Parts: sequence; structure tokens; C-alpha cells
Amino acid sequence: MEAIQSLVMNIQGLSSSGDISHLHVLLKQAQESLYAESTRLLPVLDQLDPATHSLGYLYILEACSSGSISKEQASALVLPIARFINSCVAEQIRLQPDKFISVCKRFKDHVMLLEAPLRGVAPMLTAIRKIQTSSEHLTSLHPEFLLLCLLSKSYKVGYSVLDDDIFEVDQPRDLFLYCYYGGMICIGQKRFRKALELLHNVVTSPMTSFNAIAVEAYKKHILVSLIHNWNFCTSLPKYTSSVCQRNLKNYCQPYIELAHCYVSGKIVHLEAMVDRHREKYENDNNLGLVKQVLSSQYKRNIQRLTQTYLTLSLQDIANSVQLNSAKEAEMHVLQMIEDGQIFATINQKDGMVRFLEDPEQYKTCHMIEHIDSSIQRIMALSRKLTAIDENISTDPLFLSKTGRERQRFDFDDYDSVPQKFNI
Amino acid sequence: MEGDDDTSGPMIDDEIYANGVDGDNEKRSRPIMSSEQLDIEAYASLYSGRTKIMRLLFIAQRSQSNEAMELEALRMAYDEIKKGENTQLHREVVQKIVGRLGPEYGMDVAWCDTVDRRAEQKKEKLENELNAYRTNLIKESIRMGYNDFGDFYYAHGQLGDAFKSYVRTRDYCTTSKHIVHMCISSTLVSIEMGQFTHVTSYITKAEQIPDALDPVTVAKLRCAAGLAHLESKKYKLAARKFLETGPELGNHYNEVIAPQDVATYGGLCALATFDRMELKNKVIDNLNFRNFLELVPEVRELINDFYSSHYASCLDYLGNLKANLLLDIHLHDHLETLYGQIRHKALIQYTHPFVSVDLHMMANAFKTDVSGLEKELEALITDNQVQARIDSHNKVLYARHADQRNATFQRVLQTGNEFDRDVKSMLLRVNLIKHEHNLRSSRKH
Repeated sequence: MEAIQSLVMNIQGLSSSGDISHLHVLLKQAQESLYAESTRLLPVLDQLDPATHSLGYLYILEACSSGSISKEQASALVLPIARFINSCVAEQIRLQPDKFISVCKRFKDHVMLLEAPLRGVAPMLTAIRKIQTSSEHLTSLHPEFLLLCLLSKSYKVGYSVLDDDIFEVDQPRDLFLYCYYGGMICIGQKRFRKALELLHNVVTSPMTSFNAIAVEAYKKHILVSLIHNWNFCTSLPKYTSSVCQRNLKNYCQPYIELAHCYVSGKIVHLEAMVDRHREKYENDNNLGLVKQVLSSQYKRNIQRLTQTYLTLSLQDIANSVQLNSAKEAEMHVLQMIEDGQIFATINQKDGMVRFLEDPEQYKTCHMIEHIDSSIQRIMALSRKLTAIDENISTDPLFLSKTGRERQRFDFDDYDSVPQKFNI
Repeated sequence: MEGDDDTSGPMIDDEIYANGVDGDNEKRSRPIMSSEQLDIEAYASLYSGRTKIMRLLFIAQRSQSNEAMELEALRMAYDEIKKGENTQLHREVVQKIVGRLGPEYGMDVAWCDTVDRRAEQKKEKLENELNAYRTNLIKESIRMGYNDFGDFYYAHGQLGDAFKSYVRTRDYCTTSKHIVHMCISSTLVSIEMGQFTHVTSYITKAEQIPDALDPVTVAKLRCAAGLAHLESKKYKLAARKFLETGPELGNHYNEVIAPQDVATYGGLCALATFDRMELKNKVIDNLNFRNFLELVPEVRELINDFYSSHYASCLDYLGNLKANLLLDIHLHDHLETLYGQIRHKALIQYTHPFVSVDLHMMANAFKTDVSGLEKELEALITDNQVQARIDSHNKVLYARHADQRNATFQRVLQTGNEFDRDVKSMLLRVNLIKHEHNLRSSRKH
């Protein structure tokens, strides 16, 4: 116990004097003794201030939360961890990011054990912001955070995190989970386009071994693309990893059949197909999405009518889309007009619907601003791309590889790029 | 109908010329031919050889609802078979007759036996001769021997053996005439067998012969090629081949096809697949083909009607011809498709020059009702063959031309978004691959 006490003194002393690196070394040495005393470390925390003594606090906290914890211990730990996350200093934390991450993960486990995921949402968000090196960095905490958001149904908060573009990734598995949970949150917020992007990223990521996350993501991807695009592309893009290309279709058979049925356009067949595989959809927790797919089939058929007709009676719409009555047709059309999926006016006197062209003339100031900002954004993206290209072309590994593989046809080809770099 | 024209040839020709001279009024008042039943005798007289029998049998098979016609066809088939040496066909036709035509049209066992015995003897003789020639190694005689074998097998209905024999003559052909003869014979047998891939290959072979072929052979080859394309549903190519057939064909290819058929097949395929300019240049202004069209005035009339937008009468002619064309051995299963295509082209051509079209008037022009017409137009619009939209309330069709400016803006914004999305996921993937690469190299060290 004295070792612990002396450690605490060191922490307090060195933190206030600013000699963090020395403290870091001491803490690493004291690792073993901390783990040995893990059960009795909780009261020690009261002596330390999370804001100034962040690094020391972190070590002790991590030792406390290692090992299996019962429910009472969990509830005791939750509050200190939350307070720590909120008040800790980012630079000190970043000296030992993996400890911080493991503390946060344990925090999430505690919160789930207590069945109060909502308590963990805000602290997790703060934790992410503190540990991220830049807004484009994906940490291991992102998927945990999104999981908590999903469980506590706080979709808006989760969605705000998804707005950041990710370019740097620590662990592929983090990315898969992040995109998968992110896709689910977007579906909950009805932002199907972003959901499609995220799920597409999971499915087409390079991966060496086939995993279940990709399978589940692909199933949702099929359903969301039917709902949003009214269409489904059967072939995976060329850049999908070979393990995915070979195996995905085998695991997602009922969904692919559903997609083929949808594209053929007959509501009756679609309903029959849904009934046939109902259990499988329920087991995957996708039944809600499947029901949305069904209702989007009507929308697709109505949208096709706008291509061929200028005016059409509600009864005719009901007949060609296979709805039961003109009233139902009216409701569907009204819904679509409100959602902005079609442009039309309903004349209730004759029961006629008049389809209009898209009124957007692309002449307003607002539109010009939109185009301008898109141009700027894409130019920035291009610059980024060029920068990465330059980086790679000056990378020694790359140069040595291309130097080796170049073909030499005659004497003039022997220029100054050497075959092998010896650095 | 086609048969009638042929047997009373000169008189009909005068009638046609008279109409042309007097001008348009006469054409309008000329009555549309009623769909008379096919005159089987006249039809059959157009052909010779095995195809005559096959066509008659086909007609009998197809007209099982019309007993008189069926029996007539079977009777003529029986007579024709008796003139030949094919006992297998004889047995078949007797089975089909089932004694309905009386005792003279029953199974003639004596005749069968005689024919079979004669065949055996002839076969032996041919074999002996062939062996003699082979030992003597006289190329020309061996070739003739195989040819005779081919003819023999063909007469007896053993088409596979006939084909093989003809093909064997190839090794012994010395002049280009021999090769041509071989190709023509193989083509004939292949058509009878229905193996049109062989037909195509032998036609190509014949056409590659460097010496100029005589016009009759050229015409024969074109017809056969047209038939092959027709069978493989390449209607445009079939039309071109039939239209290139020279009038020298005459009756020389009656064992396969009659000139009336050339006109009908060529005309219908052209109408279904050619665009307006091609139709005018290659069909209406084609002097060679006009000779063929004279033989089938309905087809000529319907092509002219289509070109001059008299769709109702054009479709009438088509309807009248349909029943009899369904009895044609080569055309019957392509008829529906061709008719469908012609009708679609008529609809598209009708709507093309107008900004708005009253659907009632259009329905009258096409002799159909408005709702059926709406359905057809809907299918064409969805297929993007007609650029228009239907005002279902007032029953008017409005032409619709896409607004280029808006469409461009829309596409630009969409492309921008796609670029954005794709580059971001690419950068992500690059990062993942780099991570994997780093992982692998760190493991190596």
C-alpha cells in the first residue's frame, strides 16, 4: 500500500511541476503493483484531481476497472469515470491512448451491465473528441459510442458524429462496426442516402477474412437501396475484396430473391415472397425495413406512371399500381408529393391527378451558392488526392518496387533510378 | 391467293398495270382482298420435290380444325409421295389419313415392298460401283459415286446419310463448279433437316469461290441465306438477303422456295426492321425486287400503304394474310413477332410528326379502341421509343422533349455528388490497405 501512496505523491508532485514524461516512466514501472492492488484502489482516486493529474488518474482508473466487475462495483465506478472523461486534459491522455481507450470500453461495459446506455452517451462523445488526433481520425471508441446511441435510441447525437468524413483508421474492425452502426443510425433518421454510403463502405472494404459484419451490412444495404433508389444492383463493384465477392451472395439469399422480385414490379409476388421468408427477416431484425420496402414498391410504380402520363385518374392509378381503392391511391400520391418524390396536383372534383415537371429552374441565388460550395468542396478533395499521390510517389518502398519491376528494352532505358534502394 | 396469281399470270399483270396508269383513284377503289382460304393445289404447284410434301403435311397438321382442307392436303401429299420413293413418309401420311379418304388412299403394302426391294438393289449397285471407283482412284468417278449416293438417300428420306455423302464429295472436287454443286446440295439437305447453321457455313463456302458464279446460283444462295437468317430471328439481315435476290431466280429453286415466298418474307421482314429511308431505297425503289412483289400484290400494297401512312388499310392487309401465312412452314413461328414489330413501327411513325395527337382519331386510324391504344402507347413510351406523354383525362398524346438545360444541371450536380462519395471511399480504402500493408511488414520484421 505504501508503494501506492508514494506513487500518489509522485503523481501529485510531478504533475504540478509539469514533468509529465518522468511521471510516465514511473507509472509504467508501477504497472504491476497497481494491478495487484486493483480492488483497493478506488478510495485512492479521491486524493487525485482528474484535471491536473490526468495521466496518473488514468493509470489508477485503468487498474481499477480491469478484471471482472460486479454490478455494485460497476455503478460505483461509472460516475468517477464519467467525471474523469469530462475533465481530463487531452495532452496527458494522448501519451497513453490505448489505456484511455480500454478505460472507456470498460465504461461502456459497465453502463450496459447497468442497462442504462443513455448515461454513457455524453461521456463517450467527449472521450472521442479528446482522443481524436483530427476530425478525420477514426478511433476505437467510435463504434462503442454509436452502439450506445443505438441502444439508447439517441439517434440525433449519433448522427452528428457521422457528419465527419473519415480518412484515417486505426483498426479495420473499428471501421466495419462504425459504418454498420452508423448505417443503422442513418436508417433510424431516415437519411437513406448516407446509410447507403456507409453500408457500401463496409461491403466493399478490403478484407482478408470474411466476417459477419459484412454479411449483415450487405443485407441492410440491399433493403436500403430498394427503399431509396427503387432499384438494386446485383453485381458488387470491382474493387470489392475477393472473399466478399465469392461468399456474400450465399449468405444473403432471401434478400437477393426479394430484390429480384421487387424489380419485376408485381406487388402480389413481393408480398408472397415476404411471407415466405418472414422468419428469416425477423431473426435478422430486418422486418421493419422489409415492410418499408413493400410500401416503397407502390411509390416506385407510381413514379413510373409520371413518365408516361400527364394526367391520370385516381382510379386508374389504383388499378395499374394494384392498390385496393382510389382513396388509397390518393393517400400514396399525397405522401409522395409531400416528400418531394414527385411533382403533381390532385383535383379532387374529377378525381384526376396532373403530373408536373420538376419546377426547379436552377436560376436562384440559393442554387448558385449550392453549386459554388460543391465546386469548392470537390476542389479540396482533389487537392487532397493529389497530395496523397505525391506522398506515395516519393515513398522509398514504392520507388524500390517500381524500380525492380521496370522493363528494360535497350541501353537508353538504363537511367538514374537504381534497382534497389539501400537506406 | 399466291397460287391464283401464278396460274393466271398475264391477266393479273394487265390488271396491275391498268391500275397504276389510271392513278390514285383506282388504287383507293380497288377492293381489299378477302381472306380466302388457301388454294392448296395452286399453292402446292409452286413447289417440287420433298419440300412440296413437307409443306402439304404441315398444312394438314395446322388445319386440323378445317377437315376439308386437311384431307385435301393429305390427299395431295399421298399422291406426291407415291411418285417418289420414300416409304417412311408413305407410312406417316397413311397414319394421318386414318382411312378417311377411302380405300385407294390406304396403306399400299405391295408398293412399299417393291420400292424397298428396288432400293436395296440400287444401294448394292451403287456401293459396288463406288468401291470399284475407289480402288481405281479416279477422282471424278468417286465424286459422282458419292453424289449418286447422296441423291439416293435423299430420295429415300435418309437425310443424315444424304448430308454425309454430299459432304464427302468435297475431297474429290476439282473444279469450282463441283464445289458449288456440293454446296447447293448440302444446303438443300440442311434446310430440309432444319439445321441452319450448316446452311450458313455452306453458303459462305460457296460465296468464297473466286470464279464468278452464274446469276441463278447467286440468287439461290441469297435465298438460302435469307432463310437461315429468318430462322435465327435476324430479320434485318434476312430482309437484306431476300431483297438482294435477283429476278433470275424464277422457278429454279422450287425445291426450296418459291418467288412468292421471297417477296412475302422479304417484304414483311423489311417492313418490320427497316427505317423509312431504307424502306424507300431498298424496297420501294428496288427494280429487281419489284418483279417479285408483282407476284404478291397484297404485300406490295401493304408496303406502299405503310409508307404513305394509310395504316388502317395496311393493317387490314396484314390481317387478311395472317391466316394463310400461318400455314407457311418457315414463317409461322415468326409471324407474331413480325406483326408486332410492324404495328409498333406504325404507331411510332404516326405520332412522330405531331406535337399533340387526339387519341380518338388515332384509335380510328388503327381500328382499335382508346383504352387498348393507351396500353400500347404506354408500353412504347416506357420503352423510350415514343417521346410523349398521355393526358388520360382528355385522351390526348402530347409530345415531350426533355429540357436540356435542366437535365444538364441535374446531371452535373449528381456527378459531383458521386465523385465526392467515390473519392472519399477510395481514400478510406487506400488507408485500410496501407494499414494492412504496415501490419504485414511489421509482422515480417
